[in-house]
Amino acid sequence: MAETKPVLMQGNEACAMGAISAGVRFYAGYPITPSTEVAEIMAAKLPEIGGVFIQMEDEIASMAAVIGASIGGMRTLTATSGPGFSLKQENLGYAIMAEIPCVVVNVQRMGPSTGVPTAPAQGDVMQARWGTHGDHPIIVFSPSSVYETYYLTIAAVNLSQKLRQPVIMLLDEVIGHMREKVFIPEAGKLLVEKSSDQIPSDWKPYDEKGLTPLVPFGFGHYYHVTGLFHDQYGFPTGDPPHVERALDRLHAKLEKYRDEIVLTNYIGHKEPRVAIVAYGCTVRSARSVVKKAYWQDRLPVGLLSLQTIWPFPAREIEALAKQADVIIVPEMNMGQLVGEVERYVCGQAKVVPLNRYDGEMITPDQISELIGRWLS
Amino acid sequence: MAKRQEILLTGAGGQGLILASIVLAAAAVNDNKNVVQTQSYGPEARGGASMSGVIIDVDTIEYPKVTRPTVLLCMNQASYNKYLPKVEPGCVIITDSTFVSGPFKEELQIKSLPITRMAKEILKREVVANMLALGVINAATGLVDRNIFRESVYNMAPKGSGELNQEAFDLGYRLYEEGPEQLCRDAAQTSR
Repeated sequence: MAETKPVLMQGNEACAMGAISAGVRFYAGYPITPSTEVAEIMAAKLPEIGGVFIQMEDEIASMAAVIGASIGGMRTLTATSGPGFSLKQENLGYAIMAEIPCVVVNVQRMGPSTGVPTAPAQGDVMQARWGTHGDHPIIVFSPSSVYETYYLTIAAVNLSQKLRQPVIMLLDEVIGHMREKVFIPEAGKLLVEKSSDQIPSDWKPYDEKGLTPLVPFGFGHYYHVTGLFHDQYGFPTGDPPHVERALDRLHAKLEKYRDEIVLTNYIGHKEPRVAIVAYGCTVRSARSVVKKAYWQDRLPVGLLSLQTIWPFPAREIEALAKQADVIIVPEMNMGQLVGEVERYVCGQAKVVPLNRYDGEMITPDQISELIGRWLS
Repeated sequence: MAKRQEILLTGAGGQGLILASIVLAAAAVNDNKNVVQTQSYGPEARGGASMSGVIIDVDTIEYPKVTRPTVLLCMNQASYNKYLPKVEPGCVIITDSTFVSGPFKEELQIKSLPITRMAKEILKREVVANMLALGVINAATGLVDRNIFRESVYNMAPKGSGELNQEAFDLGYRLYEEGPEQLCRDAAQTSR
């Protein structure tokens, strides 16, 4: 991909610009710190390029508007923070069930409730997974830089369209608000992956044989959209075998495209004695430690950074557990993803949580001190 | 420029320090350096204490927050009291004598200059004190190529105020190099 001259860009700005590059032309939201810049930029940019920006009366309505625009054929985005993300959950579940694509950005702040609006935290990891009820599939990306925010937002929009599946961009205040040097393609260049142009003649909105593209309302096909379990045409059903098949089908979509969805990155020693598993802004602290410890001091350490946290990178964790003796999981919460890590490490390595929840980042010193303790 | 530079701009909310940090970061990007800019958000950004940090490095920058400042700017007494104990010897410290009265420790490298007073008296616009401060900082440290920095100040200023902001930046250089007395004498001469 041709990259152009470097620019200084903020994380929230990268999220908005990435969405626009991926063809998002509809934004509905209710501004909230620390996500407000996403709305600000969308409000400024979308009308200039033929898009629509609506500030809704609340987050519930924002989510509803986004779903409506998606069924109408637009690529959509909404952004919020923890308190607003709570309100979006009901409609988010509806979008998952009705298979309506959309991207929801949650720039995490310190919770519970209104918490500390301007302090960073990673407390919504489990909410992003299980915030809406029922056994639903979900895709959640957690970028660790402005650059990653830009490209993961593009991936989120494209995957959402392709799989007819809501995708969550789980940022944190540090990544959302910091500015850094990035190389991104020229403004206006589209990075749109079309789901499919081919609409089969026997198109069904919820084909049991597999994924079909979403045909927007008003494009020649009539169908029913509901949050109830439904048949191939969208009409409600409560028939047990059918219900089970429909739920399996929702999950099978993500399993089939697993390699496109689950993104991770490993640096460091091939057989580390101490490995770190991190996501979001915590990756930054961990990487500064591992780079020094491995590249300079040649210590047997490594870092597995997770760009995708849901679906959980189980295979990658299982593989790491075979090599590492100790796995440290730093998180800016009281321990959320660490439980999932433990589940897949399955006793093959010692899992050590490192938690901070005072509204400050985990520092490199905290991590290197813990590594030192386990190396000696 | 030496290796990693960590710049902390501190003062009161409303003095334009967050904008100054963004302009500094953009100038460093234009000068082909790696940059990360962060700022303190919260009630303190609206009237109380304001703090923003810029890290400039030739290497990739991982941890984004300033931990060991190499440059500290204090634009009011409260920030001076708060951040001075956090710096190590060797850090370049610049204080605005319009608001900061000391105490100045001899063992530290402290430069006290009337930044806001010069903006008010010579440019008749207190609001450009932030760009004047950037001029002082760059004159003292050479963080970014001067011409690239000047250009960035112009480009990032609100429409119509590019020249005024550039003038403030240049005045910062002169304030550092020639001192406030010389600037006042020159200003008196031109107005005569």
